[in-house]
Amino acid sequence: MKAIFRIQRFDPERDARPHYREYEVDLDPTDRVLDGLNQIKWYQDGSLSYRRSCAHGICGSDAMRINGANALACKVLLRDLGDRITVEPLLGFGIIKDLVVDMEPFFAQYRSILPFLINDEPPPSGRERLQSIEEREAYDDTTKCILCAACTAACPVFWANEEFVGPAAIVNAHRFIFDSRDRGAVERLEILNARMGAFGCRTIYNCTVACPREIQITRAIGEVKKAILYDQAT
Amino acid sequence: MIRTHEYDAIVVGGGGAGLMAALHLTRAGGVNAAVLSKLYPTRSHTGTAQGGIGAALGNLEEDHPEWHAFDTVKGSDYLGDQDAIELMCREAVDVVLELEHMGLPFSRTEDGRIAQRRFGGHTHHFGEGPVRRSCYAADRTGHMILQTLYQQCIKNRVAFFDEYQVMDVVIAEGRCAGVVAYGVRDGELHLFRAKAVLFATGGHGRIWSVTSNALSFTGDGPAILYRRGIPLEDMEFFQFHPTGIYKMGILITEGVRGEGGVLLNRYGERFMERYAPTMKDLASRDVVSRSIYLEIREGRGIDGKRYVYLDATHLGRDVVETKLPDIADFCRTYLGIDPATEPIPVQPTAHYAMGGIPTDVDGRVVVDDRGTVVPGLYAAGECACVSVHGANRLGTNSLLDIVVFGRRAGRHMARFCREVDLPPVPRDAAEPVVAEIDRLLHADGDEIPARIRTEMQDTMMDHVGVFREESGLRTAIETIRALKERYRRIRVQDRGRIFNSDLTEAWELGNLLDLAEVTAVSALNRTESRGAHSREDYPTRNDKEWLKHTLAYRTPEGGIELRYKPVTITRFEPKERVY
Repeated sequence: MKAIFRIQRFDPERDARPHYREYEVDLDPTDRVLDGLNQIKWYQDGSLSYRRSCAHGICGSDAMRINGANALACKVLLRDLGDRITVEPLLGFGIIKDLVVDMEPFFAQYRSILPFLINDEPPPSGRERLQSIEEREAYDDTTKCILCAACTAACPVFWANEEFVGPAAIVNAHRFIFDSRDRGAVERLEILNARMGAFGCRTIYNCTVACPREIQITRAIGEVKKAILYDQAT
Repeated sequence: MIRTHEYDAIVVGGGGAGLMAALHLTRAGGVNAAVLSKLYPTRSHTGTAQGGIGAALGNLEEDHPEWHAFDTVKGSDYLGDQDAIELMCREAVDVVLELEHMGLPFSRTEDGRIAQRRFGGHTHHFGEGPVRRSCYAADRTGHMILQTLYQQCIKNRVAFFDEYQVMDVVIAEGRCAGVVAYGVRDGELHLFRAKAVLFATGGHGRIWSVTSNALSFTGDGPAILYRRGIPLEDMEFFQFHPTGIYKMGILITEGVRGEGGVLLNRYGERFMERYAPTMKDLASRDVVSRSIYLEIREGRGIDGKRYVYLDATHLGRDVVETKLPDIADFCRTYLGIDPATEPIPVQPTAHYAMGGIPTDVDGRVVVDDRGTVVPGLYAAGECACVSVHGANRLGTNSLLDIVVFGRRAGRHMARFCREVDLPPVPRDAAEPVVAEIDRLLHADGDEIPARIRTEMQDTMMDHVGVFREESGLRTAIETIRALKERYRRIRVQDRGRIFNSDLTEAWELGNLLDLAEVTAVSALNRTESRGAHSREDYPTRNDKEWLKHTLAYRTPEGGIELRYKPVTITRFEPKERVY
C-alpha cells in the first residue's frame, strides 16, 4: 500500500522553527510505522533523525506522536492508521533534531524518586530474600516500565509545569514502594508528597492510554496517593 | 576540537555485561569509572532477553552446577572451554542471588523462592531428562536484569556518557590507553584516556536479514578491535534461534516450549519427537533449528511455506497470560493472533554470536594461542568469546554469561587500575577517527548504504545460515568483498553535526561488512559440522582435526589470516551428541 508520511522536521543548524515534510512510501499493511521511517531514511532522505533500537516494543527508544497519539513507532502497524500518517516528536521536551527529543529532564525525574532497592539489612547468606507470590504480584504491573516517556509526554499537567515529577517517575516509585523487600517507602513517599509530586496528578488518564506496555498507570498513581494519605505502603 | 577526559576505567556499552562490570568497578571504591553507550543504557539489547537465567539453585527439584556444566559442554558440541564453563556454572548460583539481593523481581515459587522452569538442553543426571533451572521474571527476565543493574548504577553514582559512539580504541606500546568517541548529540569528538577499557558492545545479528537482534546490534566492539589487530574467535558459530516470528524474526522465547508448548508441521505432527526422542522440543537450539529447516525442505512447512507452528494453545489462558505476557502481546500486536487459542507461525531467526573477542575468565583480551594479553584491554558479554558457548549456546546461558563475566571483568579491572598508572597516549591518537568522520561526512559517491546492507544480509541468509556448503560460502565471500568495494563509494546525505544517524549508520555498516566477511571465511575453512555450524558437504563432527577454536586475524593488507588454538577439556570427554 502507498502511504503518505507527514513528518515534523527540525534541524537546529538550519531551521528557525519546526516544519513539516511529506514522503510517499510503499509498505505492507502489516509493516510498522518504524519500517516507514526506515524506508524514508534509507532510500529518500538520510537526514531524517529518530531513535530506534530493538524494533519490537521493549527498548523504549522510539516513542513519538503518531497521528496525535503517543506510541512506539515499532508497535503501531500501518493497517491501524490508514494511508496518511502524521509523525511528530513527543510534547513537553526540547527538540534536539526532528523526532529526537532531550530525554535528560525525564531521566532526572526518574532519578529523583530513588529508583533502586533500599534495604540496609544484610541479605540472607546463601539464599534469596523470600517473597510470596502475592507480595510479588503487588508491584508486578509497574515492573513492566521501559522508560519510553510516552506517558509523561502525554500528561497535560507536565505540559503545563515541567516541575511535575510525571507519571513515569511515579510508576517507578510504585515499583519499589510496594515491593515487600524495600525499606525506602517513607523516604519516597515524602518526595512524592512534595508540591509537584504525586498530587500533581489530576487523574486525566492520558498516561494510561499512552502506555505501550499497558501499565495501569493512573491506578498505580492512585495507590501511591493512598499510601501517602493512609500510610498503606509495606 | 577534541575534548580529553581521564578515567581509571572506561566501559563501552551499557547492557548487562557493561553495567555489571561498572558496578563492581566502582563498588570497592577508589576507582573512577565511566560507561559510554551509543544508546541510553536502558535501551540495550539485554532488555529483550525473555526466558530466564540459568543457575542450579535447585528450588523446585534436585540440581547441581556439575549437571549445568555438563549440559553447557554438550550444548557447545564440546567446543566450549570446560574450565571456563565449570567456573560459570559454579558462580551462577551466587550471581543470581546477588541479582535478587539487588532487588531483581524474580517470579516466585509457592514457598517464596526464585521460580525456575525448564529450558532447552538443560537436564538432570547428565542428560536423563529436563530440569527446572531457568530462573525467570515472567518472560521479561532480561528487562528486569537491565533495569536492576541500571538502578544500582544510579544508586552507586556511576558516571554515564549516553549516546556516545565509541569508534576506536587506543593501543600504544602494547597497552590499552583509552578510546575515541563521537558525541551523537553534538558531533563532538572525545578522547577518553584510561588505564583499562572494557568492550561490552553486544552482538552483530544484523549481518543477517531475519534476526531477533536490535537495529543497533552491529558488532562495533569486535570490528574496532579486529581493525587494531586483535583476532576474532569462532566467528563461524552463530546461533539461529528456532522460534522467531515468521518474516519479522522477533524472538518467541524458548520458555514457551519450557512451559509445554510444542512445534507442529503442516500435518499437525509433533516432529521433534523424530529428531530428539528424549528432549523433543527442548533439544538444544541448533538441533531444533535444523529440524525446522529439514521439515520445511521436505515440504512440511505450513501450507508448504517457510514456517512451522509453535503451539501453546493447550497451556491454558492463565499460563499464557501470567507466565508469557509479553509473548501474548507480541502475537496480538504483530500477528493479530491470540496465542492462547491459535498457534504461532515461526521460523529460525539469527540470534546470538557464540564467537567474538577472545578473552580469559577475567575478561582480559587474549590475542593468540599462548595466552598473551593486551594489558588494560577487556571484553565481556556477547561481543566476547571466553569460550563458554563453544559451537552452540544453551538458552539462559547468555544472561548468565553477561553477569558472571561482567562481574569478573569489573573486579579484575579494579585491581588492575589500582596497580598501574595512566598510560601515555600518542598525540595523534584521535586522527584515524577524525579522518573517518571527515570521509563519511563528505562521502559523495553513488552507492546507497541501505542497499549494500540489504544485499549483505540476503547473501548471509542464503549461504551462511543454518546450513552451509562450499560453493555457497564462496559465493557469499565474493559478494561481501564486492560490497566492501562498493562501500568505499557510499553516499551520506546528512552533513550536519546534530544527531547525524545517517553518518553513524554508515559507519556501523562498515563494521557489519567486516564481521560478515570474517564469519563466512571462518565458516568456509571449517570442514566439519559442529553445533550451529552445519556443513552439508561435511555433515559430521570431526574431533580429530577440528576440536579447536578459530582465530581470525586481519592482515595489514586487509585480508584474513586464520589460525587455531586448542579447546580446554577438563572432565567431559567429547562423545556423540544425542538429545
